[in-house]
Amino acid sequence: MRRQDYSGVVVTAPVSVPYLRYSQETAHWWIARALRQVLETAGLAPRDLDGLSVSSFTLFPDTPVGLTQHLGLSPRWLDTIPMGGASGVVALRRAARAVQAGDADMVACIAGDANRIDSFRQLLSSFSRFAMDASYPYGSGGPNASFALIADAYMAEYGATRADFGRIAVAQRANALQYPNAIMKKPLTLEDYLTARPIAEPFGLYDCVMPCAGAEGFLVMREEEAARRGLPFARIAATIERHNAFPEDPVQLRGGWAMDVDELYAMAGFGPEAIDVVETYDDYPVISMMQFEDLGFCAKGEGARFVREHDLTISGDFPHNTSGGQLSAGQAGAAGGYLGLVEAIRQVTGQAGGTQVAEAGTALVSGFGMINYDRGLCSGAAILTGADR
Amino acid sequence: MTGKLAPPRKKNPQLRQRVPTLPPQARSRAALGLTAAAARGAFELQHCAECGTVQYPPRDACAACLSVDLLWRATARDGQIIAETRIHASPDSYYRERLPWRAGLVRLAAGPTVLAHLHGEVGRGDRVRMDLKLDKAGQGVMIALPQQRTPDMADDDVLRTLTAHPKHRRVLITDLRAPVTRPLIEALLKAGAAHVFVGEAESWRRGSDHASIAGLDKVSVLPLDVTDATSLKKLAAEIGGKTDILINTARHVRPGGVLGADTVFAREEFETNALGLMRLAQAFGPAMAGRTADGVNSAVAFVNILSVHALSADPHYGAFSASQAAALSISQTLRAEFRASGLRMINVFSGPTDDEWHQPLPPPKVAPKALASCVVEALCEGLEDAFCGDVAKDLEERWRRDPKVLERELQGGGA
Repeated sequence: MRRQDYSGVVVTAPVSVPYLRYSQETAHWWIARALRQVLETAGLAPRDLDGLSVSSFTLFPDTPVGLTQHLGLSPRWLDTIPMGGASGVVALRRAARAVQAGDADMVACIAGDANRIDSFRQLLSSFSRFAMDASYPYGSGGPNASFALIADAYMAEYGATRADFGRIAVAQRANALQYPNAIMKKPLTLEDYLTARPIAEPFGLYDCVMPCAGAEGFLVMREEEAARRGLPFARIAATIERHNAFPEDPVQLRGGWAMDVDELYAMAGFGPEAIDVVETYDDYPVISMMQFEDLGFCAKGEGARFVREHDLTISGDFPHNTSGGQLSAGQAGAAGGYLGLVEAIRQVTGQAGGTQVAEAGTALVSGFGMINYDRGLCSGAAILTGADR
Repeated sequence: MTGKLAPPRKKNPQLRQRVPTLPPQARSRAALGLTAAAARGAFELQHCAECGTVQYPPRDACAACLSVDLLWRATARDGQIIAETRIHASPDSYYRERLPWRAGLVRLAAGPTVLAHLHGEVGRGDRVRMDLKLDKAGQGVMIALPQQRTPDMADDDVLRTLTAHPKHRRVLITDLRAPVTRPLIEALLKAGAAHVFVGEAESWRRGSDHASIAGLDKVSVLPLDVTDATSLKKLAAEIGGKTDILINTARHVRPGGVLGADTVFAREEFETNALGLMRLAQAFGPAMAGRTADGVNSAVAFVNILSVHALSADPHYGAFSASQAAALSISQTLRAEFRASGLRMINVFSGPTDDEWHQPLPPPKVAPKALASCVVEALCEGLEDAFCGDVAKDLEERWRRDPKVLERELQGGGA
């Protein structure tokens, strides 16, 4: 059966709480900040909220259940999305269905994480059972090492080079310089990228994200509700979600998008050529390159050529990760899985400020999360359109 | 090719002793199957009893058919490296001290993809031979090795952290008079040991073996009696800080059951075989455990030679079997106590040895030379439990299958 569309549901009130490299504050604190700002943006009081979706790695020992009491909320719909980089897209999908079905009227989707000294090491060592048993004991490189292996296999298979990955990182840094919340404030050249100290070969420093603390959020509600409140909103043209795709692949050279991409564009009613802004999940540039292929912007194996032939900056012919992505804005835990989505909402609602792409009517956001053992398991994508389109 | 490992430089006593760190040691219960296999040098993965699928990482159910009937089975070791990385940054203290560290994805012929440590001679595209080894945390880990043995492959840095190789190390063998000692000295020196200290109890009653051993190059004979705590303390003060491997060959054997035996003999067996081990560990263990991060000649292993009847008693050697069971139990506690240091406790289980105390027994018996090579192999491979000779291997297999059936068979009830 073909899945239903998301007509009548919109997404609004994009909020990014500025990130900090290290912070003594807890996930509860960061989530509260984002939630408050989301509500203020929409002119809502906490009691107006009847749905909440939360993503965080660092709430322990709490879950979002404890968070309701902690923050004084009484939602009739509560969701937790433990999907790392796919959290934003999946939270959006589920919240939209809840609103569409009438299970909730007003859902806040929030992701936030703390980052104290040493908390990243603790997160890595117990990230998943397979990581604990079969990847962390092998050099303890964390996701850098796991994705370095994927990059090594990808380069060997398709002939991509470090310079090709570098183009993605360099363009994102240029974009980040226009985004006031970005952690990275200095320009990056291809030379800088190529000569950076190695982290896990083939990766150097600028292939890797900076773990930090921060939060992101947005609201999902019915279109007439947003219109009544005069809120700029985006519509949801299509979404997909997939977990543990292609388990028989010996190494991950494609993500779950490749399984569902046809349905994504069929639901949207237009193809990749009609997308104005692309926000991929960039835990590493090679993964963004993989998304260009798996989401149909170029053929499999053509990602390197694609980035050589396109300008990925805000004013370029393929505006990509316009707020700098995690590579330049920072990775605030699960909020990293919201960064692109929140920026996409700003883009198609014309609220992106310095990073605004001219006439951005459509945006594609993709998410990718949870390197359980040797590959990222969750993938998702959403296409947002502006109210005028 | 692996470069030859250079002998260590003389230790600078003014530098701070390196504190041992361990690689990550938490594992799920299922993953301990890898550790159990590595401990005895087996290469085993989970096989689904219903559909035969081989899977990795270890799970609680079959990812192909959801059966929970999973068996650990010997698995083909061949594979091919499909990706590799050299890690230059790690938040883990153990690996930080050893960066850069290489790891690779190996596609096993048996099916699954395995993330493994890489021997220095292998890289992407190479066909490899997989092995399971215990790391410093005492957990089973995968390593991809060259398909064929190469001359100095044991000198590889990574492999060196996963074994207890005697090369450039100083070894203490506790009993000069044990028949295994002489061939053991030769095998250790052949494997590259830097020096062998040999303990001798009651040195006033020297036999012909004293002169022949004391005269060897790189060997010194020193007074040591495992039943005498004072002698051990004295010797440990002298050589405890340069004992990298300790091999306990001291043992006292008397045939006979329990009903008719003199408890005086039994007491002597316990004094030497069980309490002797305890005294040795108390005298040498702490210094060894403090020196496990000391570079090329770090302290690495404490070896016990036990009768396989530590697992299940031989009624013809009742008190002796009991002393062996006690020694095994003590070694398990010591293993736990050495865990934080990474010092490996190795038990080499032997069948009846070819000596005067087993004279009337029929073959096969373990010749001293064979036992010596088992001990050195256990060190080179980094095992925790080694079974030496056909009798020990056979008995271990039967013990695994059903300890009660074995017990009854050892009582003579098997047809």
